[in-house]
Amino acid sequence: MDQKQFEKIVDNQTPKTPLFMNMLKAFLVGGIICTIGQLITFFYIRFFPFTEKTAGNPTVATLVFIAMILTGTGLYKKIAQIGGAGSAVPVTGFGNAVISASLEHKTEGYVLGVGGNMFKLAGSVIVFGVLSAFIVALIKTILVKMGVVSW
Amino acid sequence: MISSLVVSFIVGGLICVIGQILIDVFKLTPAHTLCALVVSGSILDGFGLYEPLIDFAGAGATVPITSFGNSLTHGALAEAEKHGLIGVVTGMFEVTSSGISSAILFGIIGAFIFQKRKTTY
Amino acid sequence: MVIKSGTIQFKENPSIASTGVVVGPMEKKSTFAESFDVILPLENEKGQTYEQANTHFIEKACKESLRKGHEKLENVDVFIGGDLVNQLSPTNFAARQLAIPFLGVFSACASSVESVILGSLLLESGNATSVLAGASSHHPSVERQFRYPLEYGTQRAGTSQWTVTAAGFALLQKHAKNAPIITHATIGRVIDGGQKNPLFMGAAMAPAARDTIERHLANTNSRMADFDVIMTGDLGKIGLSILKEMFQDENSGVILQDAGAQFYGEDKFFKAGASGAGCSAAVFFSHVFNQLKSGVYKRVLLVATGALLSPLTFQQGETIPCIAHAIECRMEKRG
Repeated sequence: MDQKQFEKIVDNQTPKTPLFMNMLKAFLVGGIICTIGQLITFFYIRFFPFTEKTAGNPTVATLVFIAMILTGTGLYKKIAQIGGAGSAVPVTGFGNAVISASLEHKTEGYVLGVGGNMFKLAGSVIVFGVLSAFIVALIKTILVKMGVVSW
Repeated sequence: MISSLVVSFIVGGLICVIGQILIDVFKLTPAHTLCALVVSGSILDGFGLYEPLIDFAGAGATVPITSFGNSLTHGALAEAEKHGLIGVVTGMFEVTSSGISSAILFGIIGAFIFQKRKTTY
Repeated sequence: MVIKSGTIQFKENPSIASTGVVVGPMEKKSTFAESFDVILPLENEKGQTYEQANTHFIEKACKESLRKGHEKLENVDVFIGGDLVNQLSPTNFAARQLAIPFLGVFSACASSVESVILGSLLLESGNATSVLAGASSHHPSVERQFRYPLEYGTQRAGTSQWTVTAAGFALLQKHAKNAPIITHATIGRVIDGGQKNPLFMGAAMAPAARDTIERHLANTNSRMADFDVIMTGDLGKIGLSILKEMFQDENSGVILQDAGAQFYGEDKFFKAGASGAGCSAAVFFSHVFNQLKSGVYKRVLLVATGALLSPLTFQQGETIPCIAHAIECRMEKRG
C-alpha cells in the first residue's frame, strides 16, 4: 500500500469537524464571558473612581481572578470542552493557561516547579505580543517622523 | 446599558469565532491561534482602529486577548510620541500590566490554595 | 526458534500462569471493569505525586499477579516492565521496591507485549523459570508530559484518545497448568505512516499494526480466519476502522478488534477510545486472559501498538513513527 492510498483511507475514516456547531458554541461562550466583563466594567465605573477608559484594568484583573477559581475547582476545562476558542480567546483563557500550569507543577516545588513552569503555555502570547508591538510601533514612529502619517 | 451589553456580547463572540476558525479550519494549535490574535490586535492599533473598536464594543474588545496586543502597541506609541524612538521599547508595559500581573499573582496564589484534585473529572 | 526476521516460535510452552490488573477510578466506567482485579478509588493518594501513584499501581499489580499465581516474589527471576513517563521513572521506582533483577523496556503503548516477548525468550532459553512482565500508564502523568496541564481548558478533538490509568502484569512460567501458552511472537518494526497529529494516534499506529499482523500471518502460514480474535492495543475506534479498511479481508470485520476502542464502550466523553501502555496490558491480562482460560477463545493474536513520538519531536515538526509487537496465545486442553 502506498502513501497516497493510506492517506485516502485516513481521510475516509476521519470524522468531520463539526465546524458550524463549534463556531456557534465559541460565539456563545465568548460572548457571555465578554458580557460578564462588561457588567464588571459597569460595576467599577459606578462604585469606584474609574472611567470608561481606565476600568479595563480592574476588569481584566477580576476576570483573571474568576479564571483562577474556575481553574482550581476543575470547572474551566468543562467550559472549555464546550466553548473551544470561546474560552481560550478571552483573557480568562490566558489566566487559565498560567494558573493550570502553576497548579500542575506544585509537585516540583514553588521555585522550580510553579515559578519555572508558569508561562509554559502562555509565554508565547506575551513574547509575540511584545514583538509585534515593537515592530508596529517602530514602523509607525518612523513614518510619523518622516511626515508620512500623523499620530 | 442593555445595548452595550448586547454589542459587547456580539463583538466578543465574533472575535472568538475567528479564533475557532483558526483552530478548526487552519489547524493551528491554541498557542499559535492566540499569538495570531495578539499580533492582529497590535497591527489594528497601529492603524488606529482598535481604540474606536473599544469605544464601540467596550468589554467585547477589551476582554479578548487581542486587546493585549493593542495595549502593548498603544503604550509603545504613546511613549514614542513623548520621547521619540526609545519610547517604543520603554512604553509597552505602561498600560498593560494588569493582565500579566494578575495572571502571575493569581497563578501563585492559586497554587497555594488549591490542592491537586484527587480525581480530576 | 526464529522462523523468519522477527517472528519467533516457542517450543517450551512459556505460559501466562496468572495476571494482575490494577486500575484507577475512571476505569470503573470500562466495559471490562468486572474483569479487573482492583479498582483503586483515587488516582493518587494525598501527598503522592502522580508519578509516585503510577509506581504504586505497578507494585500492586505485580503483587496481585503473584498472589493469584501462588508464587513468592523471591522466586521470580526477572521483572520486565515499561511505562510512558520519561526515563521509565515509575517502573524504575517500582523495581526498586520489588528488588529483583529488572529489565526496563520502552516501546510506548506496545511495551506490554514487548515485556512479554522478552520474558518468553528468557523462559524459552532456560535462562529464567519465573518472570513478571507487563506495563502501565497513568492518565495525569502522561497528560502533563505529552499534552497539557490537567486543568488547561482545551477542546478535545474527536480523534483524541484517553490515556488509561492502569497497570497490568503477568506471571510467566514454562508449562504452567491450565494456562494459556505463548506459541509465537512477532517483533515489530518501526513504521512511519507520515502522520504528524499527536491528537490522532490511531491513524499513526495503524500502518505498524498492519505490518506486524501481515508478517505474523505470512511467517506462520496462517490466515485471519484461523484466529478467534486479533486484538490490537489502542488504535481506538477510528484507528481500528482505518486498519480494517487497510486489510480489505472479509474476515477482518469480526476478528479484528481493538482494546482501546472497546475499553470505555460508547461513552462519548472518551472520544475515540482508550490508549496508553496500560490499556493493552489491562485488557489482554484480564478480559482476554479470562476468555482464554475459560476456553471461549482458543487462539488469539495480541498486537500492542505504540507511537514513538516525544513532546520534542512534535514541536520539531517530525512525523510519528510507530511500532507494533505481537504474541500468539493458545489455550490447549492439557491434563
